[in-house]
Amino acid sequence: MSASAIFVLDLKGKVLICRNYKGDVDMAEIDHFMPLLMQHEEEGLLSPVMSHGNVHFMWIKHSNLYLVATTNKNSNASLVYSFLYKIVEVFTEYFKELEEESIQDNFVVVYELLDELMDFGFPQTTESKILQEYITQEGAKLEVAKTKVPTTVTNAVSWRSEGIKYKKNEVFIDVIESINVLVNANGSVMSSDIVGSIKLKTMLSGMPELRLGLNDRVLFALTGRDKGKTVVMEDVKFHQCVRLSRFESDRTISFIPPDGESELMSYRINTHVKPLIWIESVIEKFSHSRVEIMVKAKGQFKKQSVANNVEVRVPVPSDADSPKFKTSTGNAKYVPEKNLVVWTIKSFPGGKEFLMRAHFGLPSVENDEAEGKPPITVKFEIPYFTVSGIQVRYMKIIEKSGYQALPWVRYITQSGGTVATFLISAL
Amino acid sequence: MTDSKYFTTTKKGEIFELKAELNSDKKEKKKEAVKKVIASMTVGKDVSALFPDVVNCMQTDNLELKKLVYLYLMNYAKSQPDMAIMAVNTFVKDCEDPNPLIRALAVRTMGCIRVDKITEYLCEPLRKCLKDEDPYVRKTAAVCVAKLHDINAQLVEDQGFLDTLKDLISDSNPMVVANAVAALSEIAESHPNSNLLDLNPQTINKLLTALNECTEWGQIFILDCLANYTPRDDRESQSICERVTPRLSHANSAVVLSAVKVLMKFMEMLPKDLDYYGTLLKKLAPPLVTLLSAEPELQYVALRNINLIVQRRPEILKHEMKVFFVKYNDPIYVKLEKLDIMIRLASQANIAQVLAELKEYATEVDVDFVRKAVRAIGRCAIKVEQSAERCVSTLLDLIQTKVNYVVQEAIVVIKDIFRKYPNKYESVIATLCENLDSLDEPEARAAMIWIVGEYAERIDNADELLESFLEGFHDESTQVQLQLLTAIVKLFLKKPTETQELVQQVLSLATQDSDNPDLRDRGYIYWRLLSTDPVAAKEVVLAEKPLISEETDLIEPTLLEELICHIGTLASVYHKPPSAFVEGSRGVQHKRLPGSAGSGESVESPDTGSAAGVPDAPPAVIPSQGDLLGDLLNLDLTPPATSGPPPPATSGLQLGAMDLLGGGLDSLMGDESEPLGGDLGGGSAMGAGFGAPPAATAAPFSAPVSGGLDDLFDLGGGVGMPMGAYSPPKTVWLPAMKGKGLEISGTFARRGGVIQMEMTLTNKAMSVMTDFAIQFNRNSFGLAPAGPLQVLTPLSPNQSIEVSLPLSTVGPVMKMDPLNNLQVAVKNNIDVFYFSCQYPISMLFVEDGKMERQVFLATWKDIPNDNEAQFQIKDCHLSSDAASSKLQGSNIFTIAKRTVDGQDMLYQSVKLSNGIWVLAELRVQTGNPIFTVCLKCRAPEVSQCVFQSYEAVLKN
Repeated sequence: MSASAIFVLDLKGKVLICRNYKGDVDMAEIDHFMPLLMQHEEEGLLSPVMSHGNVHFMWIKHSNLYLVATTNKNSNASLVYSFLYKIVEVFTEYFKELEEESIQDNFVVVYELLDELMDFGFPQTTESKILQEYITQEGAKLEVAKTKVPTTVTNAVSWRSEGIKYKKNEVFIDVIESINVLVNANGSVMSSDIVGSIKLKTMLSGMPELRLGLNDRVLFALTGRDKGKTVVMEDVKFHQCVRLSRFESDRTISFIPPDGESELMSYRINTHVKPLIWIESVIEKFSHSRVEIMVKAKGQFKKQSVANNVEVRVPVPSDADSPKFKTSTGNAKYVPEKNLVVWTIKSFPGGKEFLMRAHFGLPSVENDEAEGKPPITVKFEIPYFTVSGIQVRYMKIIEKSGYQALPWVRYITQSGGTVATFLISAL
Repeated sequence: MTDSKYFTTTKKGEIFELKAELNSDKKEKKKEAVKKVIASMTVGKDVSALFPDVVNCMQTDNLELKKLVYLYLMNYAKSQPDMAIMAVNTFVKDCEDPNPLIRALAVRTMGCIRVDKITEYLCEPLRKCLKDEDPYVRKTAAVCVAKLHDINAQLVEDQGFLDTLKDLISDSNPMVVANAVAALSEIAESHPNSNLLDLNPQTINKLLTALNECTEWGQIFILDCLANYTPRDDRESQSICERVTPRLSHANSAVVLSAVKVLMKFMEMLPKDLDYYGTLLKKLAPPLVTLLSAEPELQYVALRNINLIVQRRPEILKHEMKVFFVKYNDPIYVKLEKLDIMIRLASQANIAQVLAELKEYATEVDVDFVRKAVRAIGRCAIKVEQSAERCVSTLLDLIQTKVNYVVQEAIVVIKDIFRKYPNKYESVIATLCENLDSLDEPEARAAMIWIVGEYAERIDNADELLESFLEGFHDESTQVQLQLLTAIVKLFLKKPTETQELVQQVLSLATQDSDNPDLRDRGYIYWRLLSTDPVAAKEVVLAEKPLISEETDLIEPTLLEELICHIGTLASVYHKPPSAFVEGSRGVQHKRLPGSAGSGESVESPDTGSAAGVPDAPPAVIPSQGDLLGDLLNLDLTPPATSGPPPPATSGLQLGAMDLLGGGLDSLMGDESEPLGGDLGGGSAMGAGFGAPPAATAAPFSAPVSGGLDDLFDLGGGVGMPMGAYSPPKTVWLPAMKGKGLEISGTFARRGGVIQMEMTLTNKAMSVMTDFAIQFNRNSFGLAPAGPLQVLTPLSPNQSIEVSLPLSTVGPVMKMDPLNNLQVAVKNNIDVFYFSCQYPISMLFVEDGKMERQVFLATWKDIPNDNEAQFQIKDCHLSSDAASSKLQGSNIFTIAKRTVDGQDMLYQSVKLSNGIWVLAELRVQTGNPIFTVCLKCRAPEVSQCVFQSYEAVLKN
């Protein structure tokens, strides 16, 4: 059905740790993985699925590790990739960073986790918060505590333990929208979309029942309400905890939240948005001598708002040298390993316009290799503001003990990468 | 302190040291030692020698230590089976531990130890654990049944574990249900005939309830299991769909894809005019689009699946072109897939946008991507006629860039454009010719040569151009050589006076100096053609070619259906059926989409005579009339005007030539890549002619048995029992005179839902006949042999043999006149023979042709009166009931009966194998031998044939 075995490899293809779940694929098959990967890469046919004989490798890469699943059946590939990413998530929550060293440093726990995460190729419990209740890093503690399976593992509510207590009951709601805009060299917007997510930090006691109200147009239409601004969400994805059938029938978002931080939902909005920070650039390349770059950034949002941590990344030829910068505000920095100029502006008020000039030398012997034309990208954050106008209308919290709880809401708009392609005028 | 310290051990006497530590009295030291052992195991050192010492540590109340020992056991038990027995006692004891965590751990680990002796002891603990009070233990035990089954299937069956597992589907705990479903599916997959998952509405309901409550993974198991179910009717189908759609909002992409699979499959059963059908279509688009913001690997899986979905139901994503635009930082595999989908979605409405994008891509740096982008422009031109001109000019712009690989790709696609729009864009040839020298890839060279040959009369220096290629003839690849040969022959036929020398040169290069049999054979054929009958040569070589179809590389419909049933799996990623890459899955039945609920609405294009309900017709070459060459290429076995082998030539080479054309016919037909006549674009066009591989469902009947059956049936028919489908008596199809001594007589019958072609082959010649094979020409209902012609023994002179050939209806479709005409080619060691015969259309009446009353009523009203046809059957002395039961035997079902003024009106329905419904009203007046049949059908051309069947059935 899914994976026969799971391997964690280092960059050279050496097995760091592995777990054989089904025993129907020879564990030595993994030796073919690296040569196969190199071969595919050379042929320009890199693919997340590779096969050798009747063994199929499905793999992902995370920092300096490859996570590989093998199978010889017609496995559910989407399940396998989801699971591999889940492993990354769980390990990261256990070890902070998931990399070669953390695997070696924690191999006992890694074995334990691999045993609990999957059985005979079927993914089992993958909620790291729940796993942490019975698989802990300090084995010593366990001896006394006679570990029991938390009932949560097999409960219908498999993401929240019972008996959680807080002195002050609060829930923090972050509405984060990231906008992606692609502008072509002529200055017209090629595509734009908004991907929003609502994140929770839940500090509530017991088993609270929550209901979240948004200014969702479909909901308003259903209930016949018709006032104020509403938002059309193109597609909504929910955390495991949300009752999907309930949402499907009457658009109510009801759930028992996981404790602590979690992403409750994400949504996509297909409206046309103009870039919040508009970029104009003139890049002149004088072959064999220099490149001159002029970038103008303009804040196209409300004057009262301020964009923070603005970063404009401008690509430069890989053989450029001796950078010189001039900026009307902020700092410009050359990052040679990425072939970029990064212009950072700590705070960028709406309606303002700033300028950056850069000058690079070019070697007289030209680099023959064709280089890609990565676009200019812009990153920023605007607090207290959402592009779509989405609003949390209410958050009802009901717990049988009847405590009062406070919801706090924050809105942030981010750039998921406003991107502008540009023309290099070669002279 | 981290675990990494365990990896550093002293070199000397390591095992010895560990042994001592493992046997230490101190708990802490023991544990440290086991960790060191595991660390050594992890880095691949052999520590199996420590087996007894490690197993000794098994009895501990330290959970962590226990887990480590278990882990060790899983790894080494197989290499030390005898010693593994030592562990059994502890396992059995642990299965009764008060701590559920330990019980589960023990049963889980035991299942992973694949040692026969251990499995025996596993049964009792497993039985207890399956009934454990703790759901955590039960869910672990459920999986363990699948493990045990993998090791010893018989044992699991004997112990009755399968029944216990089935009971767990009704467990109160959703996770137990999910694991039980997963385990059962796994077992069922390896034993396809076990009928383990006999899903019925009750179990389905349980699964759907559990679906709401279990973990994301459990939801996937359940959805994948649901996808194997076939609902009884469209109502059940709809209600399942309604309960599955909420899963589309799940954050886990795999849950979404599995839900899409269930919906795509069950949608097949919904009538298209249903409101809900439209709603469902609309609901599918947003989640599919959102999958494109997942991690790249998941995006890739999603895109491969969207590629299938777009082919099956283009309407779902037709407005979503923009989301498939390539992002600069997409991995290459995502980019290439997106490009493919962009072309599939390209239409007149969005072509401008698409072209702008493609042009942009063609200037990127990644060579593979650029090539594909250029090709995509060509495919757009072929697909969207209105854009062809713009595409051509875009391609010309790209050629001007002089980037070598761009130019070459552009030339390859322009060749295809010429084949789609002949005599339209030839003005660009001059530009193409300028780039002749820069072409170094065989495909581009071959394309250019094809263009020069095809338009030789318009290119002044065509002879010079071709001659320049001829110089290095032997260094070229076969593709180019073949193309050059054909192009020069074309040139010669167009300008015979100036090019005689050239053609002789190429013919001698091809026939005398080449080691390549394909090239030599083609050379000889041209040579013979030119020397015996130049006019015929002209007809063959310069024949008008069929236009290439607009959609290339579409997945063959039966495969597509199968792949839709495998959405989300490796099969859908590879676009191959599981049987192609999973060992031992040969016998596994191919999954098919359920048939649509018959309201007759599925017949979209009755005028073609083929049905849209069963979209089995592969994208066919646009037929052009009297196209001998096209026919030959498409394996069309229509007898040529002269019938029989080509007229004999006189030269000494005659025998060779005969062989080439006669005995070699098969090899020519099988040669997809380089068809005769040198159609470069033939690759895509050819595919169509070969059609669908016959579905290997019907078991071939052995000849003698079926012969006996035949007699029985004939007898029955003689006595006048109206049982079974009517089958006409055998008639002579191929007289011995025409068949060089082979006489074939035959008939058609429908038995148990399988159409049989029953033939008597008689050898009336003097020599033994062997190597029989049969092939059909494309025909109105896609009839094709479902297996090879089973003639087991060589047929001696004066011997007869009865053969029964099961037929499928998934072959290529072409409307015939009369509709039920079938052209057949039979080959044996002597020759290939052609004949045509007509089958009674009642063979195609399927068993589920009984329409619901309401549907019948609605459909009757819905079909325009123009489509009504009335016939009379004379001299029929049957009561209405007798007629009804007789017709029923041939799958003509009576739905209702009404008596008005002593006249019985029977309302009947018939469904053809291609999904066409025929509705009938049969009027019978008691005592009157004249029956009146009134037929209504969306495809009125079948009426005549259906009527004939009525007559035949009623009168026999």
